[in-house]
Parts: sequence; C-alpha cells; structure tokens
Amino acid sequence: MAEPLPGPAPAEGSTRGTVPDGPTLAARLGTTARGLAVPILAIFSALVIGAVVIVLSDVTFFERLQSDPGAALGAAVGEVLRAYRELFTGALGSPTDYVDAFTSGDPDLIRKAFVPISETLLAATPLIFTGLAVALGFQCGLFNIGAEGQLYVGAMFGTFAGFAFAGLPWFVHIPLAVGAGFLGGALWGFVPGLLKARTGAHEVIVTIMLNYTAYNLISWILKVPGYQREGRSDPISKVALDSSWYPPLVEGLRANWGFVLGLVAAIAVSWLLFRSTRGFEFRAVGFNPTAARYAGMSIATSTILAMTISGGLAGLAGTSIVLGVTHSLTFGISSGFGFDGIAIALMAASRPRGIILASLLFGALRAGATPMQSLTGVPIDLVVVIQALVIMFVAAPALVREIYRIRVPETTGLETFSQGWRA
Amino acid sequence: MKLELRGITKRFPGVIANNDVNLVVEPGEIHALLGENGAGKTTLVNVLFGLYQPDEGEIRIDDRRVTFQDPGDAITAGIGMVHQHFMLVPVFTVTENVMLGVESVRGPLGQQLDRPAARKRIVEISEAHNLHVDPDALVEDLPVGVRQRVEIIKTLYRQSDLLVLDEPTAVLTPQEDEELFEIMRSLKASGTSIVFITHKLNEAMGIADRITVLRAGRVVGTTTPQEATLESLAEMMVGRHVSLVVDKEPAKPGATVLEVKDLIVRDDRGHVTVNGLNLEVRAGEIVAIAGVQGNGQTELVEAITGLRHPVAGSIRIEGQAVRLEPRKVLEAGVAHVPEDRLEDGCVPAFTIAENLVLNTYYRPPYSNGLQLDRDAIGKEAETLVRDFDVRTPSVFNPVGNLSGGNQQKVIVAREFSRPIHLLVAAQPTRGLDVGSIEYIHRRIVEKRDEGAAVLIVSTELDEVLALADRIAVIYQGRIVDILDPESATPQQLGLLMGGSGPGEVAAAANGESGLVVTAHG
Repeated sequence: MAEPLPGPAPAEGSTRGTVPDGPTLAARLGTTARGLAVPILAIFSALVIGAVVIVLSDVTFFERLQSDPGAALGAAVGEVLRAYRELFTGALGSPTDYVDAFTSGDPDLIRKAFVPISETLLAATPLIFTGLAVALGFQCGLFNIGAEGQLYVGAMFGTFAGFAFAGLPWFVHIPLAVGAGFLGGALWGFVPGLLKARTGAHEVIVTIMLNYTAYNLISWILKVPGYQREGRSDPISKVALDSSWYPPLVEGLRANWGFVLGLVAAIAVSWLLFRSTRGFEFRAVGFNPTAARYAGMSIATSTILAMTISGGLAGLAGTSIVLGVTHSLTFGISSGFGFDGIAIALMAASRPRGIILASLLFGALRAGATPMQSLTGVPIDLVVVIQALVIMFVAAPALVREIYRIRVPETTGLETFSQGWRA
Repeated sequence: MKLELRGITKRFPGVIANNDVNLVVEPGEIHALLGENGAGKTTLVNVLFGLYQPDEGEIRIDDRRVTFQDPGDAITAGIGMVHQHFMLVPVFTVTENVMLGVESVRGPLGQQLDRPAARKRIVEISEAHNLHVDPDALVEDLPVGVRQRVEIIKTLYRQSDLLVLDEPTAVLTPQEDEELFEIMRSLKASGTSIVFITHKLNEAMGIADRITVLRAGRVVGTTTPQEATLESLAEMMVGRHVSLVVDKEPAKPGATVLEVKDLIVRDDRGHVTVNGLNLEVRAGEIVAIAGVQGNGQTELVEAITGLRHPVAGSIRIEGQAVRLEPRKVLEAGVAHVPEDRLEDGCVPAFTIAENLVLNTYYRPPYSNGLQLDRDAIGKEAETLVRDFDVRTPSVFNPVGNLSGGNQQKVIVAREFSRPIHLLVAAQPTRGLDVGSIEYIHRRIVEKRDEGAAVLIVSTELDEVLALADRIAVIYQGRIVDILDPESATPQQLGLLMGGSGPGEVAAAANGESGLVVTAHG
C-alpha cells in the first residue's frame, strides 16, 4: 500500500559520507530492545493466562466461589503465586538456598543450591540444537519438520560409537561419538534434501515420513543382538562407555559440556549463515530462489547442503541426551525436542542468539515443572499450556502490540522478516 | 463532483510524504497527478481514499469538509479507486466481482443473490462507456487490460463521481493504453471527474485537462497541456533539466559477440515460444528487440543467459556455445538485467551491499572462498552507490525499501560494474520515472561505447527507437524484420509487432492495400 517514500531530502548527489559502518551502537541497542519487547510481553501474557488456567482447573474453586467468593478468590491468587514461585525456584533456584549455602560455606550445599539451574541448562541443551537445526532450514527456505527423527538417528549412531569402541581416551572417544551422532542426523537430513533438489518432493512431507521411519529404525535396532543390552528383553541399548560421556560442568551436577557444545554450535551456525560465503547462498536461496538462480547460485546444492547440516544439528541434540543424560538409547529419550525446536526457531525469528534465549526459557519451564507439580499439585501440563501460549503470542505480534498499545511506526516499504518457508 | 485537498500533510517516521499539498479537481475534469516514484502520489491518494489519516489539512467535496475514517467512507462519498494491483477474485465472474460487497438480493428474506439485476446494470455501464466486458466471464480468464475495466465498472457500479486511477498504464500494452484513454474521455463526457496518477509525461500531456506535479512530497505547480511542454514537465518533476532524447554517436560495430542460430525454446508449459530465431549482435552496437509481450522474448533471454535449455539451435557468445549454467555465462562476461527486478533481479530482503555482490560474492576480494569479506563488500557498495546515484541513507538498507528506480539502479550498478562483453537487458526502464530512465539509458550507451555488445528487449516503442542502433522485431518467436531506427516509424513497428509481414507493411507505407500475401504471413 505504501509507496516507497522519498529518502530524507534526496538532495543532489547521494549518500556521500553517510553511515558507512552500519547503525550506531545506540540505534542497535534500541533495535534490540524493540526486538525483545514482543517476546517478553508474550511470556508475561502467557503467565497471566496460565494463572487463569490454574484457577479454573481447580475443581473446588467453583464450590468455594458460591459459599464465600472473597475467600475463594484470595485462595486462588495464593495458589497461583505458590505455583509460579515453585516453577521459578524449580528452574532458577531459591534465593534463600543460595544465601544459606554460601553463608555456610559447605560445598555440598552450594552445589545443591545450583541444582535447579543445572536442570534448566540440561533441559535447554537439546532444544538449542533442534532450534538451530530448524532455523538453518528456515534461513534456506526449508521447513525441516524432521528434527525429531534426525535426533533419534543421531542418538542411535552416537550410542553405537559410545559403546562399540572400548579403550579410547575421552578426548578421542567424545569427538568420535559426537561426530557419529552428527553423521546420523545428517544422513536423515540429506535424504529429504536430495529428494527435494532432484525431484521437487516437498521436504515437509518427506521429513514427516522420515520421522516414522526413524522410530521404526530405532525399534528394530533396539532388538538387534549386539545393540540391545545383554540380558534385557525390553528395547534398550547397551550402555555407552563413560569415556564417551559429556563431562559435567561441575562435578555432582547433571548439566554437562553438551550445553557448551550447544553454545559453540550457535556461534558456528551464526558464522555459517551471516559470515560465510555458503551462508550467503543459503539465505539468498531462502529469500528469493529465482534471483539466486539468476545470480548463478545452485539451488540444488544449497538445498541438499542446508538439509544435511540441519539434520546433523538435530543429530547432535540426540547425542546431548544419550551421551549427556541417559547414556543409553531408549524410546523415551526425546519428549518432542524436535518439535519444540520448530517453536523455538519461530520464536527466535531463526536467529542463533534468540534460539539460545528461547531454549533457556523452554528449558526453565521444563525444569521447573516437576518441582511445581510435586510441591503444589498443579499439573505439569500447565507448562505445556504456557509454552503454547508463548508461541501463540510470539507468532501473532500484532496481537501483543494491540494488547499493550505498542505503537509501531507505519511501515514504509517491505516487511523484511525471514519468510520462514514456502508451501 | 468537485474535490479539493487543502494543505494535506502526511508524515512517516523520518520522512514527510506529503507536505502542504493543495489540489483542486473540477467536475468533469481529468486531472493528472505527475511525479517521480516516491514523490508522494500514492500517499496522497491513500489519504484521499481514507487509507491514511492526514496529519494536517482537510478534504472538501463540493465545498463541504469531509473526513474519511476508512475506504468505506470514501466510497460512500462517491470516490472510486482503481489500484495498481487489482482487487479481484480470480475464480469469480465479472458480475460476482462487481457486486461483491454491494450485493443485490431478492426473495422474501433477501436470501438469494440477484445476479440478473446486477448483470443488467453491468451491461448498461459497459455499453455506456464502450467497456466491452463480458459480465459472465471468469476474471482469471481475462487479460490485464480487461481486468482493469472490471475495476472501473466496480467503481461506476458504486456510483462514483470521482475516479482515482493509480498508474493505470503501468500494466497495459500500448494498444490497451489507447483503449483506456477512450474510456476516460467517455467518462469525462458523462461528468465523472478523474484523478489520473502517472509518471509518464506523454500520457499526462495527451489526456489531462490539468496537470499537477509533485516532487518530494510538495506540489511544484499546476499547469495545462497547452501551457506545458514535455521538457518543462520533466524539469518540474525532476527538479533539474532532463534530456528526453538519448545523445549518442553512430555505432561502430566490431566483431560478432552474440550469435543465435535457428533457436527453438519451449516455455514452462511446453509451448514452443522461440521458433527458429536467428540474431547477431556485434560489439559496440545496441540491438533492440521490439515486440508485444509474450512473443518469445522472455524465453530467448533465458536461453541466452543459460537459464533455460533450448530445444534446438545454437547460441554462441564470442564463439563459445552457451550451456545451462548461469554462473558460467556470467563469468564469460555477460551482464543480465532481468525483466522482473524484484522477482529475478534482486533479493529484496537483502541489503543493498549484499545485492551488489549477488553474483560475485564468491570471488576475491569479496570472499576468500570460505568467508565473506564484509569490509570489501561494504566499501565496494559505497563506491557503487555513489557512482550509480542510488538514493539511500545507507548501503545496509534492504533493497526492498528502495523505490523502483533505485532498485533498478542497484541491479544496473551490479551488472555494469563487472567487465562485460555482452549486456542483455530486458525492460530496463519499466515503471521508472524520467530521471531514472535518462540515467539508465545513458549508462547503456556508455557500455556500448566501451565496446560491449548490447541486446535490449523492450515493449516500449519510445525506448526502442531512442536506444537502438538496429531494431529487430519479434513476432511469434521469430525475428520478422530488422529496421534502422533512423527511418523506422512507430506505425511501421506497430504493424510488424502485430504480425503483418514486412511486405505488407512496406505496401501499406506505399499507400497500397495491406492485404498482400507474403512469405512471412
């Protein structure tokens, strides 16, 4: 609708001496703050609606409302506050525990106080990888719904490398197992990439189908002698040797170096997308494949390569679980990390930095959910509701702006968000 | 209806799109609103149509002050708008499209659409103004020119007394332009006022009663075709003297650079669109392919640039056969300015700097093979933006935010800054304003004088006649004649483009019957 508007006083000549180094620091901070406004308000809104859900899901609330409305409402507010307090302390630890632990100076107590944060980092780790996997696809115009399947195949390869090679020192064994996990996921991403490039088969369909193939592959291999744990009849793999385990960040806590690898992966993906020659092609193909082809880029190469790397990243999510937490492969290793990755990538607008933040948020919600349920009786499912609401609000920024009356400048020209994917 | 805009000011962050704009449209007047891309024409009519609220100023209709909260208010007040991009439902018939939103109904509960009644009124409107629209046709089956007439019928059906046409000729062929002007004259005769937005000087001079020129959001002045000349209008629009003819020396053609022999190419749907085409372009000359859109130009250009595989025939560039590898073709020194700049020519979401290296990004100094050198890219972008006069506050702005003329300059800057032997430019100035057209034409002639072979594809006769050293007329996938622009006339070209063989055209020019059967017919 808006005609491209005249630049500020288009005088004779052009841009001589104007901002050669991009936006100033202040401008950049302003942009970042505006970028964060919507996600933060989205989280806040989700918590508010979550509170309503807590109250309404309490059956006794309505009975009490009839007899004594005031007390019922007071009790409801109390319950919401208690649930959220447990959720937050379950995710970040309680201030009093920190104070007590540090004043006592007992290393055991200090360690214990950090358990909630450790659990948050642990839960965030696979999400970082799957978020990056999906985001990389988005940036190249591909919708990888298959991160879940790629995660399982990566875990399968990683577990195998973990138990099959005995006697290796950790600095050989860990890279080997992690590399195997990347390879497994990459294989599961390469197939839809190849099919799309060669035949035009839509990656959404193929990756969904390959999720099911992956489940069946796992259910088969967990019954194969030599992969299945000796003496067990249920589907569970051998235990990976401890030389292949991600070492803990702090002895005695579950958070491990897999999280650090996630941060490294985020930096690597950021470099790949925004600094490297190949990433330039990925993004050009993602934003405008026709122009990319006219400019001499190969859409097929970008598609195959991006899907392969995306799959590999999802495979690393698998290793972060089997080498970092469970140390063996079962069906239960992923509770939808691959699908949460889609939400995280969307929430972060496919930016690696945003993916770390979004993963930490989702990780915190997951880590805080269990203590919340055990201490207050509010079901874990509340966390799923909150997650869903956060995603919904982030996906509908106009709604958030409307609720909080955030003025957006009437845009001049194109909106230039990542378009995600095309059908 | 008399329309008056008084002191309209509309600000966007960082820019004043309309600054104290005054405009009076008398009843039954065709009033041209002339201005470069980005001068604020569209903003002004969006204010008039209730899509934007003005920050200052007022709108008066028949000397009464009115405010439009939304387009509905404007329509009720009798203002009809035909947007550049049509607002039609392709799978509906003309009648259904026209009645959409103001459906006439029948039956005791108003439960049934009264298509016959609507249809009858559409036929009446269509006949009154010679619109020639079949009310039962599906919109998706109609050519662009007819769709535009459906839009006009829509406004008349809603009893508009004032019609706003936003760059209506941008999507039309020259023949359709003339038909549209006839319709506009007929509407005017029946008392309808028309605001006609354009950046084409000829059109404003040819059809308007009065012309108001906008520049950088302000009214530069209002004049009439009688008082103004093309030169004076161009100067008002651009703010400096503009040369409307391309200054160029006679060509000094050298060796053959592009050689196309017996070329046959199919389009995406498998139809043969280039059918045994032969063509040669030599170094230091501009060959312009003139033709009505859809006669194989697109496929020809795609085949030359390695984007489309020919069915048969050969294409040689400096003796080398072209293969289906765009990058190889580009590296061989071919520059390509594609027909659709936003779709094929650039990545709108990318910055200007990124778009400027869109096909050289992988080579030094922009890349070491693995990593981009952003400093080198930024520095090159600064230089090119300055040399090619791209108007932008920063090279890190997305190309999508630039005006059409500046987008085209970015593409031209990218393609012309490489060492090239052959330049292929399709519709290089489509939709651009006079200032940008003058600039791009000058650059093309410069490339020719540097010794490049230049192939221009254009549907604009003015452009073909102004630029070409030789004119090749294309019809149904073949070059039907090659003319010298010195002696060729628009009439002659028009006939050839329309499919009359050269023999017939020569005969017609000699005053004989045009019905001589020739080998080309």
